[in-house]
Amino acid sequence: MATKTAPNRNVTLTLRQAQGKGAFIRGLRVYVPLAVYGVFLLLPFYWMIITTFKSRAELLNTTNPFLILHFTFQHVVDLLTTTAYLQWFANTLFVSVAATVVSVFVSYITAYAIIRLRFPGSEVVSTAIFLCYIVPPAILFIPLASVIIQLHWFDQLWALVPIYATFLIPFCTWLLIGFLKGIPRELEEAARVDGASNFAIIWRIIFPISVPGLISAAIFSFTLSWNEYLYALVYMSSSGNKTVSVGMVTELIRGDVFQWGQLMAGALIGVLPAVLVYFFFVEYYVAGVSGSVKE
Amino acid sequence: MIARSRFLARLDSPRVLGYLLIVPAALILLGLLAYPLVLGIWMSLTSATLGKPGVFVGLQNYATILADPIFRGAAAFSVFYTVCAELGKLTLGLALALILNQKFRGYRAARSLMLLPWVAPTVLSALAWLWLLDPQQSALSWLLIKMHLRSEMVDFLGHPWSARFSLIVVNIWRGLPYFAIGYLAGLQSISKDLYEAAAIDGASGWQAFRRITWPLLMPITTILVAFSSIFTLTDFQLIWTITKGGPTDATQVFTTLAYQRAISGGQLGEGAAIAISPIVFMIVLAFFVVRAVRER
Repeated sequence: MATKTAPNRNVTLTLRQAQGKGAFIRGLRVYVPLAVYGVFLLLPFYWMIITTFKSRAELLNTTNPFLILHFTFQHVVDLLTTTAYLQWFANTLFVSVAATVVSVFVSYITAYAIIRLRFPGSEVVSTAIFLCYIVPPAILFIPLASVIIQLHWFDQLWALVPIYATFLIPFCTWLLIGFLKGIPRELEEAARVDGASNFAIIWRIIFPISVPGLISAAIFSFTLSWNEYLYALVYMSSSGNKTVSVGMVTELIRGDVFQWGQLMAGALIGVLPAVLVYFFFVEYYVAGVSGSVKE
Repeated sequence: MIARSRFLARLDSPRVLGYLLIVPAALILLGLLAYPLVLGIWMSLTSATLGKPGVFVGLQNYATILADPIFRGAAAFSVFYTVCAELGKLTLGLALALILNQKFRGYRAARSLMLLPWVAPTVLSALAWLWLLDPQQSALSWLLIKMHLRSEMVDFLGHPWSARFSLIVVNIWRGLPYFAIGYLAGLQSISKDLYEAAAIDGASGWQAFRRITWPLLMPITTILVAFSSIFTLTDFQLIWTITKGGPTDATQVFTTLAYQRAISGGQLGEGAAIAISPIVFMIVLAFFVVRAVRER
């Protein structure tokens, strides 16, 4: 035994020495390109932050635009007191949370029916839902506008909930189908042998195991709703019904006079909820994106 | 009592319960997605304007837009924008994935931060870009002047080609993290044994990439590019926030032009025809997506 382990150890030792020598070069090969990417990918966020806290005079004339020389909260105060920003923020929050809750629930029961109940035609339904996922809002918004007007849903904030559900349900159902496929059938069959009804099986057995899949669906739905722009822009017209993105672009940009301090303060505050949810559930995001491209 | 339990038993059968559970999704998707899609095709064949249903005019709207140089420009730029942005996202995303796939300190933090552009609401980050590209106050111009690469402020969004490439760069900025994470998942699923075998056979790093990594990433590439192309081809948020299709229609795409003609101009029939027209490309892309997803 001793003679067998000794050479192995030598190998690891020399490897480690080699790693020590190469570590600096390897470090350069990782961190230098990573830093370049970091500057490119994070630049707009850095720009939002420093603009938010820069004094008005400094925004117009400065010796170095990448630094804050005179710190101020004035833009944030102006944004919150002189514009309808808080209302838009509350609207976006309401629509995103409601659309998420409705869509995740509807998607969950749909995915369960497709995967577990296997009724005649479930294959067709699953393909149809996938096709719905690849219809972009950009080709629907004009005819949908006339549907919305006929239903008297125009400029009604809650109407965005069923409208957002049209892109959230296909996405969530697809994600949850993948998730439910991974739950072993034996679990249900054992319960069915014990005489449990379908309702009992869904509620007591499948639902508790599905929680991670539901969290994934919910955070993606929330992010997608928070990001939505086209539908809210076309179907909401009064200031009190606008979302953050729509309100900022249509009401804070007045003619050629850009209130950059307020605009960047609004962008920064508007980015925060999405980013906070993201950092809280970062592994779910990575798993969700990874899961959408491979098994 | 017996009737009630029989009713519940009927309800509990997979067939009945199965149809019942898909009713809510079917109502929403048929009413607010499938019906508008068909209605859109019908509208594009009518002379509808805002407030008037119009009459059937056959393919006249399509004839009008095909003769319209602004529409032809928008169609050309939509395709150009998509091709350039997809190439950029693919190469830069794959390169980032290859960097992240190495073992190093701070891997998790780097991976989380790199995904931020994809998580942040597009319009809000587009506003930050709009100011970075401002004709008078651009911080990027300031940097170029300090580095003595330019002598005066650059009007990025004031000239057709610089505006077009600025939009492409911002689109790449937003989409490359998605490609990077997708590719990273693909790289992590490739067995290390393959690379060891290649190293024993004396293959160089580039050869290993050409012969092992790239072919094995092909299915993921198809899905990423096809999906991303569908949404880049119909992009609205970025372009509408940064250039609104200008200067003088140089960065007009299908969606921005459809919005201007239908919503701002009230020409619903013509707008619907413009909005529907990218469907020709999308059917091809959808075919690739469905095939790639089926093959998994």
